[in-house]
Amino acid sequence: MLQRLRENKSAQGTLLALPTTLWLFVLLIIPLILTLVVSFGKRSPDGDVIYTFTFDNYVRLVGYSTDCPDGQTSCFDPLYVNILRRSLSLAFNTTVIVILLAYPLAYFIARAHPKRRNLFLFLVLIPLWTNFVIRVYAWMMLLRKEGAINIVIGWLANLLNIPFTPLEMLYTPGAVLVGMVYEFLPFMILPIFTSLEKIDNSLYEAAADLGANAFRTFLRVTLPLSMPGVVAGTILVFIPVMGTFVVSDILGGRQVILVGNLIQRQFLDARDPTFGSAAALILMVMTLIVTYFYTRKFGFGEEIVPA
Amino acid sequence: MNPHRRSPLILAATTLVYFFLYAPIVILVLYSFNASRANIKFEGFIPSFSERVVMDGSTVKSSPCGPFHWFCELSKNDDVIEAAGNTLTIAFTATIIATIIGTMAAIAMQRYDFKLKPFSQISLYIPIVIPEIVMGIGILTLFSQFFGWVNATFGLTGDARLSLGIATVTVSHIAFMVPFVTLVVQARLQGFDKSFEEAAMDLGANEWTTFRRVTFPMILPGVLSGALLAFTLSLDDFVITFFTNGPGSTTLPIYVYGLLRRIITPQVNALSTVWILIVFMAVLLLQWLQSREEKPVRAK
Repeated sequence: MLQRLRENKSAQGTLLALPTTLWLFVLLIIPLILTLVVSFGKRSPDGDVIYTFTFDNYVRLVGYSTDCPDGQTSCFDPLYVNILRRSLSLAFNTTVIVILLAYPLAYFIARAHPKRRNLFLFLVLIPLWTNFVIRVYAWMMLLRKEGAINIVIGWLANLLNIPFTPLEMLYTPGAVLVGMVYEFLPFMILPIFTSLEKIDNSLYEAAADLGANAFRTFLRVTLPLSMPGVVAGTILVFIPVMGTFVVSDILGGRQVILVGNLIQRQFLDARDPTFGSAAALILMVMTLIVTYFYTRKFGFGEEIVPA
Repeated sequence: MNPHRRSPLILAATTLVYFFLYAPIVILVLYSFNASRANIKFEGFIPSFSERVVMDGSTVKSSPCGPFHWFCELSKNDDVIEAAGNTLTIAFTATIIATIIGTMAAIAMQRYDFKLKPFSQISLYIPIVIPEIVMGIGILTLFSQFFGWVNATFGLTGDARLSLGIATVTVSHIAFMVPFVTLVVQARLQGFDKSFEEAAMDLGANEWTTFRRVTFPMILPGVLSGALLAFTLSLDDFVITFFTNGPGSTTLPIYVYGLLRRIITPQVNALSTVWILIVFMAVLLLQWLQSREEKPVRAK
C-alpha cells in the first residue's frame, strides 16, 4: 500500500491537496449552494427558512409587484434596484479615484532608490494592516462637525476673515466615498507597484534612444506594462467595495444604504435570510460578470496577492 | 536618462497621498491622549499624575497614569481583555492549520498532476473573486441549518446545544486564509530551481529526506511570510467574524464596531493606538523575513 503510494504521483498530489480542497468545499462551495437554495425559499413567521421553489425574492428585488396602491394590476418599485445601482456606481467611482491616487505613488516607489524603496513600501503597509474598523473610525473623527477637518478650515477662514459655519460632512454619500477610497487605497498601490517594479530599465533607455519623450514613454511603455497591476488592484478594490457594509454603516449613518447593508439587515434585523440570500447572489453575479469581462480583456497575474 | 529622476508633479502627488494615508492615523493617536471623556473636541493632554482620577465635568484633570490615562483604563477593561484573548486564540489556531494545509496544497499544485487539480484551483480562487459578505452569510446559513438539524435530531438542550462561537469563527477564518498561504508558497516554489531536489535524489536521499533537508528549508521563508499574512488577515477580519461569532467569541474588530454605534470615549482611540503599534512591529517582522528571503537561494 505505502509502496504503491510512493510510486503513484497522482495519488500523492491528491492527498496533499485534499485537506485544503475539502475545507474549501465544505466552507465555500456548500455555503454558496445553500445560499442559492435558500434564495428560492420562503420566510416562516419566526424568521426560519421554508424550503420551496419560488422566485418571490427575486421578483421583490426587481421591484415588480401586483399589490399596487392605485388599482393598477402591476407596478414597479425601484427601491432595491436603486440600491444595486448606487452600490455599482460607488464601487466604480471609488475604483477610479483609487487608481488616480495609487498610480503616482506606486510609480514613485518603484522608481525610488532601492535602498529607500522598502521604507516607502513599509509606509503603505502600516495603514493597510491597521484594522479596517479602526480606519473607518478615524474618518468619523475627521469628518464630524467638531472634527479636525472643520477645525482646520475654520482656522483658515478665520485667518482670511471669511465667515464659516462648520460643515456637516459625516453621514453623507461623500463621507462614504472618502471612507471607501481610504480603506482600499493600499490594495491598489501594492499591485501597481509590483508590476511597475518588473519593468526593465533598458526599456526606458530604448524608448529614450528612439526619441520618445517622457510622456510618450509613459503612454507607450510604462502604462501598458503596468496594466496587470491595475487590473489586479481593481479586482482587489472593486469586489470588496461592492460588498462592504461597515463603511456605509458608520460614515453614512442610515442615509446611505448599499447592497451590503441590505444583506446584513436581512440576516440580522429583518430576519429574512431568503431575501438576503437572493440579494447576496445578485451581488455575487454582478461582481463575477464585471470581473470576468474585465480580466478577459486585460488578464491579471501574480500581482493579486497583497503584501 | 537617470532612472531615479523625479518629476515635481509625481513628488507632489506622492506627498499628498502619504498625507492622506497618515493624517487620519495621526489624529486617531492624538485623541487617545485626550483629556475630554466626551472625545468630541481635543481638550489637551491630561496634565498631571495623582493617586486618584480627578474629573472636572467630563474633563480628566489628573490620573494615576497621567497622560496615559486611557491606556490604563483600557488595561482594566475586561471586555477588551476577553476580546483580545479571543482574537489571538482564533488567529493563532487558524494560522497554524491554514499554514500546514495551505503549504501542502501549494506543493501539490506546483509539483504534481492529479484529477482533482482543476477543482482545487477553482476553489482557491473563490475567496478572492467573491465579496466577503456572500461568504459570510453562506457560512452562517450552513452553520445555523446544520446546528439546528443536529440539535433537533439529538435533542440537545442548554449548554449541550451546538451554537456559534470561537470554533465556528476559527474554522471560517481558515477557509479564507488558506488560498493566500497557498498562493504565497506557490510563488516561492516557482522561484527555485528543481535541480537542488534532483541532486539530493541522485545522492540517494528518498523523497521525505529530500523534502525535509532540501525543499522545506528553501520554501521556509515563503511559508513564514504566508503564515504572517494569514495571521494578519485573521486579526484584521471583520465581515466573516461578524456573521460567524456568537456570545463569548467577540473579537476586537467586532468589539470596536459595537462601540462605534454607541458612546465613544478616548479608550477606543487608546485601543487603536495599541493596535497600530502592534501592526507596526508585525510589518517590521514581515519586511525582515522578506529581506532574508532574498539572500540565500539565488546562488549563481
